[in-house]
Amino acid sequence: MNKAIRFIPLVLIVLLGIVLYRGLSLDPRAMPSALVGKPMPDFKLTTLLDENKVVTKADLKGNIVLLNVWATWCPTCRYEHPYLLDIAKNKDIMLYGVNYKDDKVLAKKWLSTLGNPYNITLFDDEGKLGLDLGVYGAPETFVVDHNGIIRKRFAGAIDRNVWISEFMPLITEILTEQKQGK
Amino acid sequence: MFKTFIVTLLTYLTLTISVSSNASPVETFAFKDDVTKVRFQTLTKELRCPKCQNQDLADSNSPIAADLRKQIYAQLTQGRSDQEIVDYMVARYGEFVLYRPRVTSLTYVLWFGPILALLLGAVIVVLILRSRNNKKEEPALTSTEQDKVSALLNKKAK
Repeated sequence: MNKAIRFIPLVLIVLLGIVLYRGLSLDPRAMPSALVGKPMPDFKLTTLLDENKVVTKADLKGNIVLLNVWATWCPTCRYEHPYLLDIAKNKDIMLYGVNYKDDKVLAKKWLSTLGNPYNITLFDDEGKLGLDLGVYGAPETFVVDHNGIIRKRFAGAIDRNVWISEFMPLITEILTEQKQGK
Repeated sequence: MFKTFIVTLLTYLTLTISVSSNASPVETFAFKDDVTKVRFQTLTKELRCPKCQNQDLADSNSPIAADLRKQIYAQLTQGRSDQEIVDYMVARYGEFVLYRPRVTSLTYVLWFGPILALLLGAVIVVLILRSRNNKKEEPALTSTEQDKVSALLNKKAK
């Protein structure tokens, strides 16, 4: 009995060590989105390039949509921009931009000088759609499936590695679902 | 030497505290009454800023925290209840924004773990104390041995 008690501190330290060691490899900023598995929130926004064109949630339906939240004030968005141009070549997905709390003139200039990867860019100057999506910074990218359900939220820059490891498997999965008529 | 160290440490601490309280965000909101004001202050302290994770909404300077403060203010003015506002935030940013997590099967460890640890500690202390007491109660010598010892001692005294 006495000997067993002597080992309790050691056991506790080892357990604590395991817990803390695991904590080292966790990314505290990688938060699960509250919206994964839920329908895309309703919105009604004009586009960046055409003030008279109104886009709503209904326009997304039927397509696999990659919704990329970006702004000219965001340096990481500039970093990921060239890769978005690459993704735009993929005909399986519709690339929607959400220009988030930005200046219209600067945003248009950004697209004309750096190239425009987006099929449609929504102009969310008040951050209303951003708020409903739980966006807390830029860039953030959402995958919305053909039924209008949010399947993924990714905070941070997309590059080739991220695209292949984080997005491609999900896109393939949704494509199969689409073919099966789900 | 040690005293001066403590005094310096305390001075630094007070300095940093006053500096950080000066750095609070500077928007001004006009509240219709004191109750709403207190509710706003409580809500912004109970909700975490999603961007700068170790600050509450009241304390954070990040743009998203400013947006959420405005949102809370707008909803309070619309007459929404505290629970509705908290639910609104949780629906968008997840349970993560709550500084006081809800009691669910996921958070049982969080809520009841400390009590369990305390009980476990108490049990261990009791066990240790008991085994010590048991030792004391055991007489060091049996009665016959004791008799022998006193006999020997008595002989010497003579």
